[in-house]
Amino acid sequence: MAIKWLIDASYFVAAILFILGLKGMSSPVTARKGIVWAGVGMVLATVVTFLTPGMNNFALMIIAIAIGGALAWISGKKVAMTDMPQMVAIYNGMGGGAAAAIAAVEFARGEMHGVVVTLLATLGALIGAVSFAGSVVAWAKLQGVMKKAFRLPAQNGVNILLALVTVGVGAAIVIAPQVDPTLVGAFFILALVLGTVITLPIGGADMPVVISLFNAFTGLAVGFEGFVMGIPALIIAGIVVGAAGTLLTQLMAKAMNRPISNILFVPMAAAGGGEAVEGEQKEVGAMDAAAMMRYASKVIIVPGYGMAVAGAQHKVWEMTELLEEAGVDVSFAIHPVAGRMPGHMNVLLAEAGVPYDKIFDLEEINGDFPQADVALVIGANDVVNPSARTDKSSPIYGMPILNADMAQNVIVVKRGKGTGYSGIENALFYKDNTRLLYGSAQQAIGEVIQHVKALSV
Amino acid sequence: MDGFVAIYIFMLAAFTGYEVISRVPVILHTPLMSGSNFVHGVVLVGGMIALGQAETPLEQAIGFVAVLLGAANAAGGYVVTERMLAMFKAKEKN
Repeated sequence: MAIKWLIDASYFVAAILFILGLKGMSSPVTARKGIVWAGVGMVLATVVTFLTPGMNNFALMIIAIAIGGALAWISGKKVAMTDMPQMVAIYNGMGGGAAAAIAAVEFARGEMHGVVVTLLATLGALIGAVSFAGSVVAWAKLQGVMKKAFRLPAQNGVNILLALVTVGVGAAIVIAPQVDPTLVGAFFILALVLGTVITLPIGGADMPVVISLFNAFTGLAVGFEGFVMGIPALIIAGIVVGAAGTLLTQLMAKAMNRPISNILFVPMAAAGGGEAVEGEQKEVGAMDAAAMMRYASKVIIVPGYGMAVAGAQHKVWEMTELLEEAGVDVSFAIHPVAGRMPGHMNVLLAEAGVPYDKIFDLEEINGDFPQADVALVIGANDVVNPSARTDKSSPIYGMPILNADMAQNVIVVKRGKGTGYSGIENALFYKDNTRLLYGSAQQAIGEVIQHVKALSV
Repeated sequence: MDGFVAIYIFMLAAFTGYEVISRVPVILHTPLMSGSNFVHGVVLVGGMIALGQAETPLEQAIGFVAVLLGAANAAGGYVVTERMLAMFKAKEKN
């Protein structure tokens, strides 16, 4: 009895630590403490689980924890910050897979008590398996393993049919008086295929929202399996994440102006679209760009994923420090979907040492652009495209954008003359007060730094 | 577990999750997604109990997979979240 009490009490403490940890992560000041607290909760819950009476297979358990934990720990330490979204996707998929596997063990043992338990186990298995398969596809796409978006003919019809068949088989499992291994096997295969087929046609730009959605899915699956196993800590952790993840997904979808239903069912216009843009792109050299910023009083930097891919964030911060020494007020403007998911760019800038109080989001800084002497756009494109405000035929019409075009001068650092990630022409690049600084972000900003230094002597 | 007690837990946990997130600034969304991803890594505990009760080789094999995946979710989720959050610093006051 004493051991049972100790285990229950520890799970309770772990649940509190998880909630406090997530709460801590709501402010940059306490965020670090938050994850450590949640980590303590996880270690506590895992250790006391070994004391559970009547358990076997301890050797297998320790081997599985050692292999899974070590591989994930090492890969997590090594992954580059730019690759973070797909890393989160794959870890999340594993959680979903674990939830589905727990359901599978319960089915194999054939000890389902009551319709409610069977129903929740089946639901958890479905959601977990979909999350697992979908997350693996998301990872493969963002990692570049899988290059193209596959779109079946009548994709939506196939999705719906497949979903109906899967749910039908699931219902048969719930209704059946005894566990039928054939049905269960078919159910898991269908769920995995469903997760794959749903995710395959979704483009890379929408993937962060999908990853967030699968994160919420995994939370729900874990919560349901927690009910099946009678462990409240799993229910609480799972459902809290399910609810939080759902809200987070909505916030992201809103920031991109893409309703979740559109992301899942309507493909982004493949390329092009929108009005043709008139005028020409005017080039500027690194020396002139340096002078424009060195003698400005206010500069706003708009970083995009292109900057991160070029690994230029450290150079950009070095340039910022030089400009600030010269008395220029420099701030960073971050679009909600800069990088590959909301907040990703903040992480990339933080890695380069940019303090978070120099970084502003769209609502905070959009009013400041008219007062800025220079808006420096580095590797960003769609998020500063004024067509989103004016051109109804543009695929990104209605998306909130950073008003870089309203600055006195705009300098755009760009590799070449082509269109960006989404293939949409950008009217900003052709404006009278816009100058293009061609080259990779790393090299272009490096040259600007040399010229700023020369001007400061 | 009593059905209604479970429903109460579901409901309260859902509200908690919603409330906790609604006050998070955009700059922390990525670490938070990663952090919540870590929290559902507690599925590891469920996997351990499932494996602990497994008897046939099939149950053992699936249970082993559950623990392996759960451990990876928890360990990986912690490492990447901690790495991201460790980088957030305010401007040093001189």
